[in-house]
Amino acid sequence: MTSVVTRPQPPSESKRRSSRKIPTLALVAPSVIVLILWMVVPLAMAIWFAFQRYNLLIPDNREFIGLGNFIFILTDPALWISIGTTLVLVASVLLITIGLGTLLAVLFNQDFPGQGIARVLAISPFFVMPTVSALIWKNMLMHPVNGLFAQITRGLGLGAIDWFTDFPLVSIIIIVSWEWLPFALLILLTAIQSLDTSQIEAARMDGAKPLQLFRYVVLPHLSRAIAVVAMIETIFFLAIFGEIFVTTGGGPGLATTNLAYYIYLKALLEFDVGGASAGGLIAVVLANIVAIFLVRSVASNLDT
Amino acid sequence: MKTNNNKSNKWLIGLLGWLVACILFFPIFWMFITSFKTEVAAIATPPQLFFKPTIENYVAVQERAAYFNFAWNSVIISVGATILALLLAVPAAYAMSFFPSKRTKSTLLWMLSTKMLPSVGVLVPIYILGRETGLLDTRIGLIIIYTLINLPIVVWMIYSFFKEVPKEILEADRMDGASTYQEVAYVLLPLALPGIASTALLSIILSWNEAFWSLNLTTFDAAPLTAFIASFSSPQGLFWAKLSAASTMAIAPILIFGWLSQKQLVRGLTFGAVK
Repeated sequence: MTSVVTRPQPPSESKRRSSRKIPTLALVAPSVIVLILWMVVPLAMAIWFAFQRYNLLIPDNREFIGLGNFIFILTDPALWISIGTTLVLVASVLLITIGLGTLLAVLFNQDFPGQGIARVLAISPFFVMPTVSALIWKNMLMHPVNGLFAQITRGLGLGAIDWFTDFPLVSIIIIVSWEWLPFALLILLTAIQSLDTSQIEAARMDGAKPLQLFRYVVLPHLSRAIAVVAMIETIFFLAIFGEIFVTTGGGPGLATTNLAYYIYLKALLEFDVGGASAGGLIAVVLANIVAIFLVRSVASNLDT
Repeated sequence: MKTNNNKSNKWLIGLLGWLVACILFFPIFWMFITSFKTEVAAIATPPQLFFKPTIENYVAVQERAAYFNFAWNSVIISVGATILALLLAVPAAYAMSFFPSKRTKSTLLWMLSTKMLPSVGVLVPIYILGRETGLLDTRIGLIIIYTLINLPIVVWMIYSFFKEVPKEILEADRMDGASTYQEVAYVLLPLALPGIASTALLSIILSWNEAFWSLNLTTFDAAPLTAFIASFSSPQGLFWAKLSAASTMAIAPILIFGWLSQKQLVRGLTFGAVK
């Protein structure tokens, strides 16, 4: 994280000093201090635990074992599978939400009757708690016997799909995409609305086709908004938990175990504090690698 | 025939827009409908769209006295965490937006980067800290955690709202000899109030829906609605109508909040990257 923070500042940045004396440091300090504590204390504890054999079920057997936990975790095939699942999950949902979100933003930017109400309906999934949306999808839509999808496909004579058995990860991707598509839509729509209409008119005068218009005028204008959407979504997608918790429980096998769920299984089901801490640190490192890329790309787009 | 062409185009776009909206809203609609069915009707083949509505499910959920404990926990925790986050964030955002220093930008980015710290990475330490301090399964414990996870976003949003307040207004007031307190209380806060309100709403929505910490750190006493709903997931039981009723009650307040605040919400969420 420090590599993100200590970006070199242009020395020429002018200091705007007000005539008024304000204890700015005292105003900013409380927020900064609690956040530092929130980062440093648990992280230091995680590092401390990660070098110990420490199982809550057999607390007397606690001892310093060096890199033992890391070796154990890093050679656990389940870890690598869960990292792969995490990356597939994050990448697929990012692609779906931003791709579809851009198209829908263009659509909802058009004027049509009842557009305001339609937009409110379309963004509603964002406000539904993950446990509820996962349960709706699992029971009422994707259930292999009584779910609506199964009823429809069976009615058409196509048989029924057992979503969470046959396509577990795809099912999770569908649910998370449904939850987050409205978020991408909202932000990208705002960005499109801020597009200068005279620019579009000018391009149209020059004979640009709608597709060219989209490719060379709209899309470049959206790049900053897309970066912001990608960053915020990635923060939340790396930690997807509730949806898996109430639907598949990480299974079948390891099919839907992402890194968050893997560590949860280690920590709260196997009571392996040392192993879970080592896994947690690996998650922190992974998140940092992603963060460096994302925060950098957003930072270069921000004017503070 | 150009106008005619445009008209049919518009009609097509309208149809497409409504189709997309209905597809996205459908799961929520279906849940709402199901909550008024009997348990038998809820799993009927073929699915019923028209039926005699009943409120027995809502009565049944309400009779599970615990429902209101969960709901009350959700309210206390999300409102408490939001107030606490605002108390910390408003002074910080005020200082950073009106008296920026060389470090302001990197401080803001650093704050955001703390959100990149995956919760799972610190689950075990927080769990143990909670156990040692007796904060496990307490509302205070969750309020502290939600304050900390939402603080970066709250600071960012209020910062970007304060940025939109024209400096000239504050400076004019300063010329008139207003004190800092007067300036903030009578000029800045009223101007930024819509922004602060929508920040508060977003913070409430995020806290209300947060599932990782609430599922892992609470068992019963402080368990909010996310945990209540999750308790329906374990048995594959066929009580979808009651589940739908409970879900409807769990999301209705926050959904209405969201509908009312969606316009302001997005302004703050764009982090100043969309002008």
